[in-house]
Amino acid sequence: MSMKPLTGHKKTWAGNARSTGIVGKARLWRWNRLPWQRRVSSAVSQLFLYTALLIVIFTVACAIVPGWIAPYDPTQMMTDAILQSPSASHLFGTDYFGRDIFSVVVHGSRDSLLIGFASVLVGGLVGSALGILAGYAGGLVDTVTMRAVDILMALPGVLLALSVAAALGPGLLNIALAVAVASIPGYARVMRGQVMSVKNLPFITATRSLGGSNARIFWKHVLPHSLSPLLVMATLGVGTSILTGSGLSFLGLGVLKEIPDWGALLSQGRGYLTVAWWICTFPGLAITLFVLAVNLIGDDIRDRLDPKVKGAA
Amino acid sequence: MIQLILSRFATSLLVIFGASVLVYCIMYLLPGDPVLLMLDPSSATPEMIANLRAQLGLDQPFYIQFANYFGDMLRGDFGQSMVNSDPVLPKILEHFPATLALTALSSLIAITIGITLGVLSAIHRNGVIDVVARLVGLFGISMPTFWTGILLILLFSVQLGWFPAMGADGFSSLVLPAATLGLVGAGFIVRMVRNSMLEVINEPFIVALRAKGLSERAIMYGHALRNALIPAVTVIGMLIGDLLAGTVVVETVFSRQGIGRIIADALMAKDLPVVQGVVFFTSIIYVVLNLLVDISYSYIDPRVRRAVRT
Repeated sequence: MSMKPLTGHKKTWAGNARSTGIVGKARLWRWNRLPWQRRVSSAVSQLFLYTALLIVIFTVACAIVPGWIAPYDPTQMMTDAILQSPSASHLFGTDYFGRDIFSVVVHGSRDSLLIGFASVLVGGLVGSALGILAGYAGGLVDTVTMRAVDILMALPGVLLALSVAAALGPGLLNIALAVAVASIPGYARVMRGQVMSVKNLPFITATRSLGGSNARIFWKHVLPHSLSPLLVMATLGVGTSILTGSGLSFLGLGVLKEIPDWGALLSQGRGYLTVAWWICTFPGLAITLFVLAVNLIGDDIRDRLDPKVKGAA
Repeated sequence: MIQLILSRFATSLLVIFGASVLVYCIMYLLPGDPVLLMLDPSSATPEMIANLRAQLGLDQPFYIQFANYFGDMLRGDFGQSMVNSDPVLPKILEHFPATLALTALSSLIAITIGITLGVLSAIHRNGVIDVVARLVGLFGISMPTFWTGILLILLFSVQLGWFPAMGADGFSSLVLPAATLGLVGAGFIVRMVRNSMLEVINEPFIVALRAKGLSERAIMYGHALRNALIPAVTVIGMLIGDLLAGTVVVETVFSRQGIGRIIADALMAKDLPVVQGVVFFTSIIYVVLNLLVDISYSYIDPRVRRAVRT
């Protein structure tokens, strides 16, 4: 018996879709787009992604070789150019010491990015290790580990980072450690959940019944199949860590150096907001653009790895 | 249901106790001697260090120090400020209403904007409102809170003169700080609600409802939305706690005298009892919020209610 296709309305109450008119298939007709619309949308998404990659690469380059990109020495005080607005010679203007803000932002990227990447590395490794251990071992190990994680989660992340930073004192590594400690619970919970779901999959049971040892099963099968959420979390975590680290620097817990990081530079510029808006604006823009780029890349990785999103696209 | 509430309450008490241990350990056991943080290392003599250590009880064994600390906390004694010897808890309670007002208004802004945009974005996927919502979501989670506040001050205070840039006089001084925190919160909620709605919209039961002939409006707002908002309750509860913590930065930017400002000032002055007291106080509120979210979740989700009954 053939299926008689439905005919009828071509517009929805939202007015932006057409019915496929086919019975028996999932009627996602509200989101059916014409082929050219899908191509344009895909091209725009790709453009955003490549722009994000370029921003990340450029910022990392600023952190690695700032001298090649910054036009001036960031500590150079040009007394004839104090509080100059943005211009061709000073792209981001100058501050109250006559320092070129663009050069300071370029050089300051190193500390800001170090805090972000170091805290993700430490927090991700420690948190993942705890979560994987709890998820795979189960029993008392799982209970004790997760209760410890619950206690860490009793404090909001910012306050936990703030408390650790206050106790350790100022310093680049101290801030990175403080931000890392605040991120441990998130990694631990996600990795625990992932390992618990992977270790109960049929192919793991089959491997065990064939005589595979626990160590072999863990290293060759469970761990590799559990890492994809970690990749997404780590990518998105870089952005969050940079925001938290910049916040701690803004509050005065940052590194007391001649070349301030982005958060400290923003804090220094607050007092000149009414006369020199550029001192606060451009470091904040740098933070926002980098974190935005990292989030776009992280979203793209998640969309590629998440089967639910693949189906819904 | 009563059993669920009691068990969650007991767990929360344990978590609060654990948080007190954690806060104490952070303040006093991590590298970074609090005595040396208070005294100038270049001019402090060994006798001065020893005297201060004895005065603070830091020469006692750890378990004695913690027992004294926890016992004092239970009696409502959060210690004294090292800067001006003022008791910590009354100072916190005096400034808490300002922070509470800021957190409440920013949560309202975040929830209203976030849920509205998230739902509309999912329903009108790939439309203009979807693009706007996704931009709001992306920028909301990418912009530093302190920078958002500074930009709002530049535009609405310095340029337009609509709202005061600082202070805590009346509702007008609350608008910009609340908008700052609210925009960040809205960014998180938009993304979460949108993803949740899209997952629900693609469920087979939605197809079944369409086959039954229900209107699109009834399907989206009567069925999909209710299911999509269940996970949102958990996230929103935690987000309110994070907004409360976020007042540290916002109150510094807008010079508001709330508990966030207290902790920021205490950090600069290395006044550890105040930092400790505010962090512990905030953790109690955070745990209570999560407890309320857990309890409300069991009311909202019929599957949890059924599981509790069995």
